[in-house]
Amino acid sequence: MIAYNTLVVLAGVGLLGAAAGLVGTFATLRRRALVGDALAHAALPGLCVAFLLIGERWLPGLLLGALVSGLVGVGVIAFLRRFTRIKEDAAIGIVLSVFFGLGIVLVTWIQKTSTTGSKAGLDSYILGKTAGIVLADVQLIGLVAAAILALVLLFYKEAKLLVFDPDFARVQGWPVGWLDFLLMGLLAVVVVIGLPAVGVVLMAALLILPGSTARFWSDRFGVILTLATLFGAATGLVGASLSAATDTLPAGPIIVLVGTALFVASALFAPRRGVVARWLDDRRFRRELREGAVP
Amino acid sequence: MIDLGLAGWTIVVAAVGNVACALLGCYLVLRRLSLLGDAISHAVLPGIALAYLATGQLNGPAIVLGAMALGLVTTLLTEAVHRIGDVPEDSSMGVVFTGLFAVGVLLISQIANRVDLDPGCVLYGQIEIVPLDTVPVLGVEVPRALLTLVPVLLATVAFVLLLWKELKLAAFDPELATAMGIPAALLHYLLMAWVAGVTVASFEAVGAILVVAMLIVPAATAHLLTDRLGWMLVVAAVVAVLASVIGYRAAAYLNTSVAGMMAVAAGGLFGLAVFFAPRHGVLSRVWRTWRLALRIAGEDVLGELYRRGEAVEQKAAEEAGLTLAEARRRAGGWIGILAVWDLRRQGLVEERGGRLYPTPAGLKRGRFLVRSHRLWESLLERHSALPLDHLHDPAERIEHFIDPELQDELEALLEQAETDPHGKRIPDR
Repeated sequence: MIAYNTLVVLAGVGLLGAAAGLVGTFATLRRRALVGDALAHAALPGLCVAFLLIGERWLPGLLLGALVSGLVGVGVIAFLRRFTRIKEDAAIGIVLSVFFGLGIVLVTWIQKTSTTGSKAGLDSYILGKTAGIVLADVQLIGLVAAAILALVLLFYKEAKLLVFDPDFARVQGWPVGWLDFLLMGLLAVVVVIGLPAVGVVLMAALLILPGSTARFWSDRFGVILTLATLFGAATGLVGASLSAATDTLPAGPIIVLVGTALFVASALFAPRRGVVARWLDDRRFRRELREGAVP
Repeated sequence: MIDLGLAGWTIVVAAVGNVACALLGCYLVLRRLSLLGDAISHAVLPGIALAYLATGQLNGPAIVLGAMALGLVTTLLTEAVHRIGDVPEDSSMGVVFTGLFAVGVLLISQIANRVDLDPGCVLYGQIEIVPLDTVPVLGVEVPRALLTLVPVLLATVAFVLLLWKELKLAAFDPELATAMGIPAALLHYLLMAWVAGVTVASFEAVGAILVVAMLIVPAATAHLLTDRLGWMLVVAAVVAVLASVIGYRAAAYLNTSVAGMMAVAAGGLFGLAVFFAPRHGVLSRVWRTWRLALRIAGEDVLGELYRRGEAVEQKAAEEAGLTLAEARRRAGGWIGILAVWDLRRQGLVEERGGRLYPTPAGLKRGRFLVRSHRLWESLLERHSALPLDHLHDPAERIEHFIDPELQDELEALLEQAETDPHGKRIPDR
C-alpha cells in the first residue's frame, strides 16, 4: 500500500514533468534550452522580495514574485542582445549569476534578520524539496499543466511555425516577438511552479531532457511533443518512486538521473536516429556500395 | 608584521580567486563559450565529492587535478552528445552539466550524512570562515586557502602570458589559427581544463555561483569598455578586484552573504558599463544616433532653404526663406523643432519677421548638400536602371554621407556635368 503523502508527491512530480517536458520541447527546438536555466536562477530574488513584502510563506504570492523576476531576467537577456555587443551566451550567464547572487544575498539577509525567515524554507527552493509537495501544490501544478496544454493546442500551428521557421512566420505576418514572449512566459510559469519541488539547477534538466530524448524517436512535431510529455511524466514518476522507496536518496538528483538515463538509452538505441541504428545503417550502406548494389 | 585583519584577508582571498576567474573568463566571453564555463563550474561537483572521498580534504592539488579532469570530461561529453547524438549544442550542454551536477549532489548528500559538507556550502562557498583557518608563512598568519589560490593565480597569469599569441589567435580566428599550425583544438581543451581547475580552486572560498559570475561578468564588462585584448584582461582583473572590495563592504554593512554580494557588485559594475561605456555603452549609442538624426534634419532644412533661394532667383517662387512651420515640417516631426533650434544656435539660419533665412554659412552648407544630391542623381541616371522618378529617394538618403573627396570623384566620373537628370543646375561647392 502506498502512503497518501507519496501519492501526492508522485502526482505532483508526474504532472510537473509532463508540463516541463511539453514547454521545454518548444524551448529546445527554438534553441533556447539554457534560457530556462537562466529563468530558474533569476526567479530567486523575486521569491525573496515577495516574501519580504507579504511577510509569510504564502505560495501563490511567492510564485508571482518569482515569475516577475524570472521574466525581468529574460527581458534583460533580450535587452543586452539587442542593444549591446554582449552575445547571447554571455548575457544568459550574466543574468543567471548576478540574479542568483542577489537571491542569495536576500535569502541570507532574510534568514539573519527576520524571525519567521528561517521557517520560510526559502533555501529549499535552491536545491528543491520534493517530499515537501502538498495537495495544494499538486492542484496548482495540475491547473498550470492543463492551462499549458490548452494553450499549446490552441496555438499549435503558430507554435510549430515559430519553432521551425521564425523568418517565414514573420513574413507571413505572425507576431513572432509576441509568440516568443508567450513561450517565455509559459516557460517561466513552469519553472516557477517546479522550483519548490526540484530546485533551481535541476529544473533546467526537466526542461531540456524530455524534448531532447523525444527528438531521437521521431521527426514529427506532434509525436515529439506527445512523447516529451510522456517522458517528462515518466521521469518524474520513476525518479520520485525510487527516491521514496530507498528513503535516503534525495528525489531531485534521482529524477534528473532517471531522465539522463532515458536520454542516453534513447541516444543509443532509438530506431533510425539512435547511434546504433545509424551505425548499422552506415555499415549496410558501405556494404551495398562495395557490392555495387546501389544503382 | 602585516595584519590585514579578518576583513582584509577575506577580501584578499576573494580577489585572488576572482582575478584568476576573470582572466580566463575573457577568453570564454570572446569565444562565446560563457555557458561552457557555467556548465563546467556545475559539473565539477562530482569531482569534488570523489576527491573528497578519496583524500578527505577539501583543498589541495588532488582536488584541483581531479576537477581539471572533470572539466575536460564535460567539454568532451558536450561535444560527443552534440556530434554523435546530433543534439543542438546548448541542449547537449544542458543535458551534460545537469546530469553531472545531479551525480554531484547525490554523492555529497550521501557523504553529508557522515561529515560536514553539504551542497549549500559548495554552492555559496564559505568565505566568511576561510580567513579563520590560517597557516604561518614567513611569520605571517595567512589563510590556508591562499596557499592554493595564489599559485593558481600565478599559474593562470603565466598560462596567459606564455600562450598569449596562440590564445589570442584561437580566440578571434580559430580557423586561421589551425591553418597556421597552432593546435586550436588542443588549446581549447587546455583552456577548458584550466577553467575547471581555477573553478575548483575558488570553489571552497567563494562557491559555484560566484565562480560563474566572476568567469563571465568582469570579462563582459571589460568587453564593453575596450577593443584590445591586453586591456580587456587588465580591465577584467580590475573589475574583479573592485567587485570583491565593494561586495565585501556591502555584505558586511547589510550582514548578508559575501559571495552573493560580490556577484551583485560585479553585476552593478557591468550595469554601469552597459549604460555609460564610452563607445559601446547604450547611452553613447543613443547620443550618437540622436546627433545623427539632428544633423540630417538640420541639413534637410538648409537644403530646402538653398532650393527656395534658387527658385526665387529663377522667379519660380515669390519669397525667399521658410516659415518656421514649413521648416519644422521639412525636418519631420518633433525632431524638426530641435533641428531648427540647433541651426539657429550654430548661426546657420536667422529669423526675420517670422521667416527663416540662411546665413552665408548656412547657405554654403545647403549648397553643398544640394550639390551632393544632384551629383548622386546624375550618377544613378547614368549607371543604374532606375527610372527618372525613382532617383530622388536614394539621393535624399545618401546626400548626408557624401564628403568633399567623394564629391570630387563623382564630378570626375560624370565628366563635369552641368545639370542633374531633372535639368536642375548642379551648384558649385
